[in-house]
Order: sequence, then structure tokens, then C-alpha cells
Amino acid sequence: MSELKLNPYFGQYGGMFVPQLLVPALKQLESAFVDAQQDPAFLAEFQQLLTEYAGRPTPLTLTRNLSPNPLVKIYLKREDLLHGGAHKTNQVLGQALLTQRMGKKEVIAETGAGQHGVATALACALLGLKCRIYMGAKDIERQQPNVFRMKLMGATVIPVTAGSGTLKDAVNEAMRDWSATYETTHYMLGTAAGPHPFPTIVRDFQRMIGEESKAQILKAEGKLPDAVIACVGGGSNAIGMFADFIEEPNVRLIGVEPGGMGINTHQHGAALSTGSYGILHGAYTAIMQTTDGQIEESYSISAGLDYPAVGPQHTHLQQSGRAEYVAINDDEALAAFQLLAKAEGIIPALESSHAVAYALKLAAAATTPQVLLINLSGRGDKDLSHVHSVLAAQAQQHAQQANEGVV
Amino acid sequence: MQRYQQMFSRLATEGRGAFVPFVTLGDPNPALSFDIIKALIDGGADALELGIPFSDPIADGPTIQNANIRALAAGVTPAMSFELIKRIREYNDAIPIGLLLYSNIVMAKGVEAFYAVAAAAGVDSVLIADVPLHESKMFRQAAMAQNIAPIYIVPPNVDDDDLRAIASYGRGYTYLLSRSGVTGAETKAAMPTAELINRIRQYNPAPPLLGFGISSPDQVRDAIANGAAGAISGSAIVKLIEQHYHEPAVLLPALQQFASAMKAAT
Ligand SMILES: Cc1ncc(COP(=O)(O)O)c(C=O)c1O
Repeated sequence: MSELKLNPYFGQYGGMFVPQLLVPALKQLESAFVDAQQDPAFLAEFQQLLTEYAGRPTPLTLTRNLSPNPLVKIYLKREDLLHGGAHKTNQVLGQALLTQRMGKKEVIAETGAGQHGVATALACALLGLKCRIYMGAKDIERQQPNVFRMKLMGATVIPVTAGSGTLKDAVNEAMRDWSATYETTHYMLGTAAGPHPFPTIVRDFQRMIGEESKAQILKAEGKLPDAVIACVGGGSNAIGMFADFIEEPNVRLIGVEPGGMGINTHQHGAALSTGSYGILHGAYTAIMQTTDGQIEESYSISAGLDYPAVGPQHTHLQQSGRAEYVAINDDEALAAFQLLAKAEGIIPALESSHAVAYALKLAAAATTPQVLLINLSGRGDKDLSHVHSVLAAQAQQHAQQANEGVV
Repeated sequence: MQRYQQMFSRLATEGRGAFVPFVTLGDPNPALSFDIIKALIDGGADALELGIPFSDPIADGPTIQNANIRALAAGVTPAMSFELIKRIREYNDAIPIGLLLYSNIVMAKGVEAFYAVAAAAGVDSVLIADVPLHESKMFRQAAMAQNIAPIYIVPPNVDDDDLRAIASYGRGYTYLLSRSGVTGAETKAAMPTAELINRIRQYNPAPPLLGFGISSPDQVRDAIANGAAGAISGSAIVKLIEQHYHEPAVLLPALQQFASAMKAAT
């Protein structure tokens, strides 16, 4: 049993719960990653892609009109301005370089909102890799523009109809594909979840978000923020933002999960908020499940957060008390989406809108001066038609209720 | 787990290999599932491999995924699965019964509690599809404490270190994977050469049974000729269930016939 090079666990969470068949592929990836991190040529190429292709560093924006409370300053880390439209591009460039390093020519990926699919497609186009992307049939419907983007960039998009037709099922299919193709193909997992070494690799390829933010806010404010706030699907943008602040005990770390219709219903995706632990997609972590251990289907208005588990490091950060996790429901996210657009001229992704919504609550309740830092993980272009139809349906319902004298 | 040793020594005196069918417990419903398993035993199965239905079977192709979906739709729980196993154990006290399932079903019950319930139902071995060697210690210890054999998978890409560990930790039988990929009869088994099975056998593991993509008597014959102690067939059987589950009068004789044809090739 050859040893691993990195610890696969965060406290008691994480691990490598995959069929034996996939273990060599994960070890190969771990080994390539460890070597690459010590190779100046790799680091230089990654850095060059990030600056000259993707547009790093991204700006830090002090909002002018968003804060509901004069005591509170709200900063946005503008991952929405990154090439591809979300933070996903960062780590995909890193993994694409690892793919080349391992001598693999093909890539598989799963996608929920389509943002990881778009990021994968652009990196594969750039570096000459062939890619196929698994996407839930329901997600394909609500994220049409991203499906077209992926196809334009040469990716094959494979609809997954099994189960709920969302991200969880797309991950299942990607893992099934990989178990037959690992010799020639890299599985480019899109978030800081799944089996070791993905949670570590994805965090380390996203940690520049927090590193840049820290330097930028120190420059702007002369001190660290009181809290950093990020939405949590699988957890990549949040862990990328948190990583460099974990050792700063005075900075609150707040992850915002999708509360859907409310965490007291079954219609949500807030695994950490429900406090149930088990194994899904290779890791022991917080998951949504029945008492028998069947995985529950998650729900969120935002496809990128619609996932019934979370990366294991977040579970550890919650258990150790270092980070807090809260839930924001669909309506609150939708309101924040519109508010940020009106207040600042920035249309956020529905995922990121969850972080904005919680920051607004925190700001409204503040009684002392506060500096809040939100990771604005992506832009809302992909969500326009979905939000449009949701708002239209709501308006119609209102009109109907008014006619019936309910309102 | 002594039932495996008894089976293999009986087979050795007969000069034959084992035929082991796999089905998902409760597919398509508990009542018919019992009759299905009974038909397989009556057809000549030497041992049974039984799945507990799970929502996210990542090591399974479409055929066995659908079996899981049918059983879950029929409301089958782990508790009902163990009830079924008890009935099978009452029907046949000698046949080794193996569970093949996913880790979260074990975790949800609690690892020690799960193995205790399994032992009480008459289970002889447990194979967890998503627990590789690296993560197996806790499960192996709980299994051994209940006299249940922990089963290990030997994939085609196995290295010598892993073979050594599998030989020392595994009991009952060793699951020899015929090929990469997920379960399914669509992708045929790649027959391991006599050299490969010989190399594996040099480490002296529990007797190797070949599985994945085994659907015909010829494959059973070849597997045994190359040195396997027998063969496991799942998707081919589950396909018969999928085709005929609404007509048990057709299904049950077909399954019994399939089992006896496969057994005849051992
Ligand atoms: C803009 C944006 N933010 C956040 C997420 C959630 O993923 P994660 O939790 O890995 O950051 C997604 C996923 O698609 C996304 O597109």
C-alpha cells in the first residue's frame, strides 16, 4: 500500500472513498500536484495564464450605495470580472496544466451552473485538450447560455437525466466515466469537494482570491476586515477566500449556504446547516441524507449551489468553530441580486447573491463600525433569463392575488 | 464466514469452480425479490452477492442503477433488505451470502451496529464498493469482530504492495475485477491471463472470483480455466429482471435456467 504524500483528512473529514480502481489515478494526480508546486516553471506558467489570459488580479471594489448602514463598509472581491465570468477559471487553469503534466489529452468535468463547464471548456480550448462535460438535464434547461458557451468553445455537453438531473448526478456520471478512462483522461472536478486530493488542489489553486483580497484591503483600510463572506456550493470560492484568513483569528469567516425554500423544508442545499454527516462522492463530510443514508436531492434557485454535500475542509472549519455557516433562502438571494444591480450597477451570479444577502443582514444589524468583505464569485449574465422568468411569474401571481382581493 | 471455506473445499473435491449471481435486494419489490433469489439458488448458485439499494451507486452502470431505482421506488430500506436476507438464510443454511453495497449505508447505521445487524441476519461477507484499501481499517475491524469476511477488490491495475495487503486483510474470497469501468454486461470482461491470476495467487489471497462483464457460460469456463476460483455475474441477471419483472411466471424459470447454464460451465 504505497503511501500518500499529503494528508487526505481535515480533522476527521475528507478521505478517499472511491472504488479501488480509481486510487492509482488519484495518487497520480496527488503526485503531479506535489511536484508541480515545487516546480518554478509550472508556477510561472500558471501565474502567466492567470494574469495575461484570465485577468488577475481582480479588483476590490468598495461599494458606494449598497450598505444599509453608515457604520458598515462593504467591499466586493470582483471574481465576476475574471475571464469566464466566475472564480472557476482560476483552478481550472491549474488543473489543465496538471493534465498536460500527467501526459493526458482528455478531460471530463461535471457542471451545475455551467460555470465550471465554461471554465473547463475555455482552458481545454486554450491548451488543446479534448473535453466532455456532464450536466444535469434540469441544469441544462436553466443555464442555456452557458451550454451554448461550452459548445462554442468545442466542448461536448452530455445531459444527465438520472436522479434529480442536477450537479450530484452529473458528478456520479463523471466518476463512472473516469473509472473506465483514467489512463488517458483527467477528471477536472470543479469544486473543493470529492475525494482527496481534490479538496486540497482546488483550495490551493483558488487561494489567490484571499491572498489578493488581504493585500488589497490592507492597502485600502490599513487593517483586516471584520468578516469575509462567501457562498458555499461545494465550497471552492469560499475556501479560496478563507484560506489566507484562517490564521487571522480576528477575522470572522462566514460561509453562506443555499436555504432554498427554507432549511426547515426539504427544499434546500444547506448541508452544513442541517448537521448530518456521511460519505458522498469520495469524502466523509456534511451531507443531506435520510436516516437510512440515502442521499437527498438538494434544491436551490441557484444551480451552482444545488448540491447535497460540501467540501470536507468546510465541515472541519465548522466543527472546530473557526468558521460559521448560515443559510440564505431563494427570496433573499433574489432580492440581493436585484439590489446589487440597482445600487452599484453590478449584476451578480445567483450563487454570489447569497453572500451579498447575508452581508446585507449583517450590515443592517451592526451597531459598531464594520468592514465586510464579500467574495463576489461570479457575474449574473448566465442567470438573466432564469431570473427574468421567475420575476415575471411572481408579478403575475401578485396581480392575480390582487384581483382576488388576497393582497 | 466459514461458509466460504466450506464451499471452496466442497468445490475442490468436486474439481469445480463457483458460480455466484448478484442481484439488488428488493428489486423489483421484496416479495418477488425473494422468489428471484430462490430461483437462483435452485438453479445452482454456489454463493450469493446481494446489493442493498442506494441512491447514488457510482460504481454501477445503467442496468444495476435501474435495479437500485426500482427497489428504492418500492420503498426498500436496509432494514427490509436484512429481513429478506433472514428469509433466504432460513431457506438455505449453507450458502455463503455476501453483501455488496456503498459506504454511506454502513455509516448511517453506525459501522459496528451495521456489522452486528448483518451478522444476525446471516451475512458471511461484506464488500463496500467505495471503500478502497486505504480507508478500509475501521470496516475491516468491525467485520472481523462479527466473524464477517471483509472482501477486497483486486483491479487490473493493482500493484504488488496492494496485493500483499489484500492477501493479508481479505477473508472469504477476493473480488478479481475483470476490467476497468462500471458494472454492466455491455462491456465484456477482459479475461485476465493465467499469468496474472498466477501472480495474484502467489500472494496467497482468499480464492479469487472474477467479476464485471460476465454474462455467458463461456466466460465462466474461461475464468476458471485461467485459474479463477469462480465467477460473479450481475448485470446479465438484472437485465432478465428488468425485461420480465411484470411477468414472474416467465422471469423465475428464466433465471433458474440461466443460473444452471452458468453453473454447468463451472
Ligand atoms: C458564480 C459561482 N459562485 C459559486 C459557485 C459555487 O461553487 P463553489 O462553492 O465551489 O464556489 C458556483 C458554481 O457553479 C458559481 O458559478
